[in-house]
Amino acid sequence: MAAGKFEKYKSDGSVGGDALEWVDARFPATSMYKEHLSEYYAPKNFNFWYFFGSLALLVLVIQIVTGIFLVMHYKPDAALNASGVPVAFASVEYIMRDVPGGWIIRYMHSTGASAFFIVVYLHMFRGLLYGSYRKPRELTWLFGCGIFLVLMGEAFFGYLLPWGQMSFWGAQVIVNLFSAIPVIGNDLSILIRGDFVVGDATLNRFFSFHVIAFPLILIGLVAAHILALHETGSNNPDGIEIKANKDENGIPRDGIPFHPYYTVKDIVGVVVFLMVFSAIMFFAPEGGGYFLETPNFYPADPLKTPPHIAPVWYFTPYYSILRAMVWNFFGLPAKFWGVVGMGASVVIFAFLPWLDRSPVKSIRYRGPIYKTMLTLFVICFFILGYLGTLSPSPMGELISQICTVFYFGFFLAMPWWSRMDKFKPVPERVTMK
Amino acid sequence: MKKFLIALLFAPMMAIASGGSVHLDKWPGSVSDKAALQNGAKLFVNYCLNCHGASYLRYKSLMELGLTEQQVKDNLMFTSDKIGSLMGVAARADEQKLWFGATPPDLTIVARARGEAGNAGAGADWLYTYLRTFYRDDKRPTGWNNVVFENVGMPNPLWQLQGQQVLNHETHKLEMAVPGQLSPAEFDKSVSDLVGFMVWMAEPQQEYRRRLGWFVLAFLAVLFVLAYALKKEYWKDIH
Repeated sequence: MAAGKFEKYKSDGSVGGDALEWVDARFPATSMYKEHLSEYYAPKNFNFWYFFGSLALLVLVIQIVTGIFLVMHYKPDAALNASGVPVAFASVEYIMRDVPGGWIIRYMHSTGASAFFIVVYLHMFRGLLYGSYRKPRELTWLFGCGIFLVLMGEAFFGYLLPWGQMSFWGAQVIVNLFSAIPVIGNDLSILIRGDFVVGDATLNRFFSFHVIAFPLILIGLVAAHILALHETGSNNPDGIEIKANKDENGIPRDGIPFHPYYTVKDIVGVVVFLMVFSAIMFFAPEGGGYFLETPNFYPADPLKTPPHIAPVWYFTPYYSILRAMVWNFFGLPAKFWGVVGMGASVVIFAFLPWLDRSPVKSIRYRGPIYKTMLTLFVICFFILGYLGTLSPSPMGELISQICTVFYFGFFLAMPWWSRMDKFKPVPERVTMK
Repeated sequence: MKKFLIALLFAPMMAIASGGSVHLDKWPGSVSDKAALQNGAKLFVNYCLNCHGASYLRYKSLMELGLTEQQVKDNLMFTSDKIGSLMGVAARADEQKLWFGATPPDLTIVARARGEAGNAGAGADWLYTYLRTFYRDDKRPTGWNNVVFENVGMPNPLWQLQGQQVLNHETHKLEMAVPGQLSPAEFDKSVSDLVGFMVWMAEPQQEYRRRLGWFVLAFLAVLFVLAYALKKEYWKDIH
């Protein structure tokens, strides 16, 4: 924050005014407010896709606030209670039944987990549509990729806590994957579990990660993401820099103050989002068996492996990529390459700013190649996601291998195909479509 | 091109979508039928609670079915004398394991656990079909088998009501060998009531949840109108 960029607040003589002047002399209240809200100039042509950033922030707040209340009643304990049920599992049902309003808080949290991934996926897709990751916003994108990674960890740790069958066996499968890493794999998976099997030690450390460590990292990354964004200014559906065209006061001609324009606009988005969110929460809290997987209504039983272990829907595309790797390479087992593929499929997003070599940012001025490639990429992502919910089958394996090849081809060949397209001329000023 | 891409998206899904294994009969009941739920509670306490627990549910929750505390105490509480206590089971888990080969699972949320991905409500259909498809099988230690849950450890708990069915191995259909106390139609109704109770017990606040949902959506609809008007007002000069 450049000191002196904004004037300090001068009191108008009222009590409130005096108080604010006192604070402002000691804390950058006015300058922060102006820099990030009332004098942060955002392009005036944001469309539908630009709601999902603020919605992701809203869901983060929902998760933190509901999480605070859940922790008041939840008990991370794998021991069996008097009825022979794990204490952790029973405490979730206690929240659902005996804690006043507990079921609302719990459904908000469980629906919020899926909602988080929906809005984050749409937010990332916006970046792909309009080239938001391109120079000068590479760091914003990298922080975003970090948020995505941490969010996946946060979701994974949180999913163990209800201590249901899917919690237990899902964690078992995923932690076992780490044992495929050569040399350190076995010790690493024991380190993660804190035991030779998923057990009470695992539950307690996952609780700690879920409730303290990862939310802290998440909030830090979100702050960095927003600060980096406000340093460069927002991209827009035309993919042109509004700062290139400023008026005599140094204000972008196509920019409008974030507050009040985008605050009032985002409120509309928030209300529509909450309507969808409430519709799920109140009328289909299981999300058709995808948000709350039905086998998770059985308490964890280490002696009974479920016939089909499927991760929650937001992990299934990567799970399919994991399962698509069935060959041993270089003397290393297929499982290891599956883990590498799964990890790479998430991390590869971070390289987009340097893979994309097209002269324009926005899909509006790109040609048919990008449109086709992006559509195929989304289709592959959906197919992989769908296949990840099913039991393995030879047909599914083949299809997921094809999709995996395309998934990585999309990124790795991008330096070539992104240049070959037919581009349209980019306008000087933003367009209001 | 667009059509081709859409076809591309759905083709593999159709190729893979697996057919269901056993046909499940649709549960005909409803959780808003209080009389049916009361009957279901009676059946559950008399026929299920001896071996299975409902250990997340308290007896006093049964008052939500329109019963008074005295009615619950007189008719539905056999193993406990405190209305606030959980509906546990008196039998010991380790002994049950010896008798049946496996400890009978807790049934409080079994209606939800038996749901499927893509059809979370299928648990009721599963229970409704399962409880009606027991048949006599001398090869099983209990003398009973089941169409939906093959080689199940549980003998038919409702056999006195239903009678004894046998499986015709040529038609693969169940036939009534020894009629029970109830006619098939009466028995189906009783099982439907029992399943209704189990669906209710899996989430006792579900009716309230849906009712509250309408209020929340109505509130948000009003808020939407206001928010949209506010946005329009602020944005009228932005072109």
